[in-house]
Amino acid sequence: MLIPRPLRILYHIGLLRGLVVGIIAMIAGMILTNIVRAAFGMDTMDLMLPLKALFGSTVWQARTSPDTATEIVTGMGAIFFTLGFLAGVGSMNDWFAWSIGLKGGDGHFHPKEGIPTWTRYFSFDTNHKVVGIQYGLTSILVLMVGGLFALIFRTELAQPGLQFLNNQQYNNYIGIHGLLMIAAVLLGVGALSNYLVPIMIGAQDMAFPRLNGFSYWIGVPAAILLLMALPMGGFDTGWTAYPPLSVKAPLGMQFVLLSIFILGFQSIVGSINLLVTIFMMRAPGMTWFRMPIFVWGVLAASLLQFTATQFFGLAFISVLIERWVNIPFYDPARGGNVTLYQHIFWFYSHPTVYIWVLPGLGVISEILPVFSRKPLFGYKPIALSSMAIAFMGYLVWAHHMFTSAMDPFLRLPFMLTTLTIAVPTGIKFFNWIGTLWGGKIHISTPMLFSLGAFILFLLGGLTGPPNGLVVTGIHLHDTHWVVAHFHITVFGGFLFSFLSAIYFWFPKMTGKMFNEFLGRVHFWFMFGGFATFALSLFRIGVLGMPRRYADYDSAWGFGSLNMLATIGAFTAGGSMLIFIFNMAFSARYGVKAAPNPWRSRSLEWQIASPVPEFNFSAIPEIVGHPYDYGLPGAVYAILSPEDQVAPLEDAYTPLDQPEAVGSGVAAVPVAGD
Amino acid sequence: MSTTALEPIAHHGAVVEHDGHHGGLIPIAPERQLQFNRLGMWLFIISETFLFAGILIMRIVLGRNEDGFTRPELSQSLGLVITSILLVSSFFVNRAEVAIKHNDRFQFNLSTFLAILLGLIFVGGVVYEWDEALNHFKPDGHIEGGLFFFMTGVHALHVITGVLFLLIVFFNGIRGHYSSKSHWGVESAALYWHFVDVVWVFFYVALYLIGTVPETVAH
Repeated sequence: MLIPRPLRILYHIGLLRGLVVGIIAMIAGMILTNIVRAAFGMDTMDLMLPLKALFGSTVWQARTSPDTATEIVTGMGAIFFTLGFLAGVGSMNDWFAWSIGLKGGDGHFHPKEGIPTWTRYFSFDTNHKVVGIQYGLTSILVLMVGGLFALIFRTELAQPGLQFLNNQQYNNYIGIHGLLMIAAVLLGVGALSNYLVPIMIGAQDMAFPRLNGFSYWIGVPAAILLLMALPMGGFDTGWTAYPPLSVKAPLGMQFVLLSIFILGFQSIVGSINLLVTIFMMRAPGMTWFRMPIFVWGVLAASLLQFTATQFFGLAFISVLIERWVNIPFYDPARGGNVTLYQHIFWFYSHPTVYIWVLPGLGVISEILPVFSRKPLFGYKPIALSSMAIAFMGYLVWAHHMFTSAMDPFLRLPFMLTTLTIAVPTGIKFFNWIGTLWGGKIHISTPMLFSLGAFILFLLGGLTGPPNGLVVTGIHLHDTHWVVAHFHITVFGGFLFSFLSAIYFWFPKMTGKMFNEFLGRVHFWFMFGGFATFALSLFRIGVLGMPRRYADYDSAWGFGSLNMLATIGAFTAGGSMLIFIFNMAFSARYGVKAAPNPWRSRSLEWQIASPVPEFNFSAIPEIVGHPYDYGLPGAVYAILSPEDQVAPLEDAYTPLDQPEAVGSGVAAVPVAGD
Repeated sequence: MSTTALEPIAHHGAVVEHDGHHGGLIPIAPERQLQFNRLGMWLFIISETFLFAGILIMRIVLGRNEDGFTRPELSQSLGLVITSILLVSSFFVNRAEVAIKHNDRFQFNLSTFLAILLGLIFVGGVVYEWDEALNHFKPDGHIEGGLFFFMTGVHALHVITGVLFLLIVFFNGIRGHYSSKSHWGVESAALYWHFVDVVWVFFYVALYLIGTVPETVAH
């Protein structure tokens, strides 16, 4: 081989290839746009401007909106970058091949001579488990970056007066924090659903493996563009990008709009893929009501996601078009309507909360019975309440707009739908209590996080109706109460259950056991820190401190509570470092885990850890209910003897029970315990 | 056993060839893959429906102003002509799909070609309409005119995408890549084309037919 091996390895890292091709495409796109603009007699952009900005001879003007030429040329550059990146990664190779009539690849991973297998995690890959882990790692990375921004402005808020941020920086950081966290949560949902759904329903992969790989990789340029927003002048609208401010915002706004628009593709194609997989690829015998409850959550979330996301795209692209060609959607002087934006925006952005929490609540429903050694109480109500939440989710959006220019008459119906959506959520809580009640509860890190999620989501749920009621909602609108409410809801509904899921499925993903002590330390710091943060914020919110202000008057007396909230935020954020250390260290040096350390009945725990390339050598047959823990003789699935792994002698089993491995399957029926 | 659940297709006759590395992979039968593709395509179309529904909602909300519910001043005859052209193109797309189902290659190629031609004429018609409309209003004038450019622009972008799909189908078709048994490419391109066509029916009504043209064109 003429090319030295390190270079070949670099070439086979799709991420690097994507970046190189993407940057070339970006420069080409900007030059092309400039040429086209010049040909039509329009003004062009100084292409040296980014370099000048980089070397300090000029700075991007923060407050003034940029000239249209700069905006459009950089915007086209961003679009070309995305397309070039996706082509460079190789995510569209087979589609290109098909479109010119070639056969293309078979859509599966082939190890290459001399190329280490770790490169597949940084390259285009179609295996759902690789894609799931890619989503997960990206999610945690984005989560940490987003959390870092939060800690920066939380420190600023710890004391009255402006210490080290100015108003513009503060606005930038709250906006980028919100959007990065949304991206992180959506990536996290993608991680869980991509990794788990095919194994849980007894399939070998997703319905469209190439589309699956593509849907991950489209998120990477989107995340890069989102981070580009800060050096490009930032944006002062917060994550909601309300016009008319977002129309006049600096150049960074455009990168936010484009990035989120591109991220929407990921949501839409990802959820369509999941829906087809769930509809068509369930193992024989897996009727709708024998599906694992997590799959119900993903199903409900995907139904919301593949429809409502279009409205997010529409909202953001219409602002972008108003910035580019000045179509006055949101300029009342020329017949536009600012409230319209809020309707379109919240028609997605409220349901998106359910897109995050429904899989998260599915994780809680999945983990509670395993550690209570009891059947899931009320399987059907829990499954159908997910569908009810998804349906009701479409009908509540305007409760974000009680103080807007919306017709006040509309407040009442939206108040009623908002309060009604608490019912299916309550159904879940009562059934979880029923599951725990009288169970043989084993406390372990995943269970701790699920119980923490339970408590936080309960607090989030209970603090919701005061926002939904018009009388109190108008007072609480845009205060820190609302900030605390949605943070506690997302921490409970998603982040804690996501961490719970990572701990729970970590032995399955890596074949190693994490450090239980560090896991518990992580939980208590995270739970304590976050609870301190959220409860302080509830208090200052009720007292009337508005959100999105960089400063507050010391005479208001919020100082000590803000300091407490900051300490809590740092504790929770710092505990994530313990988590990352634990995961990274255990994945390499951890104790070898048994295939089924938690004695779960679910399909993924019956097969080897880490899961083989195609999960099952023969499609399993489902003959019973997934959650019949403790019922003598209950059988869930029949796997081929090849897949049904034998107990490992030296395996680490945290629950020192005799029938620790292979429970719930014909070979070893679960005895009551 | 559920009727929708996956039947085990242990080493079905029509297998995708694979090397030893994929010993564990059970190939998906082509007819099952076709069902996946159809469901996926329909879900995509439902998703797109939400986008166009959102745009129609924008039109309904923004169309109401001090003059009542208005519409931009447009050439009715041109609108009718381009709408008819698009509808006729859908007929040819359908004819192409039926032809390939019967392995009638000549009809298939001819119909695809005519559909592409009509699609391009439609895009040309939109460009001509834009040129005409610019005499009366500008995109950055009143929202009513701006929305006309936005709606026709978004739709034309989808038509151009559809033309690209049909071009791919056409060039693969004349090289004999489709058969009565295997023509998912034709089917999906046709489905997309019909969808874009149906969207235009709604957009045509929303832009050309409903509402009144204000007496004085101040903008």
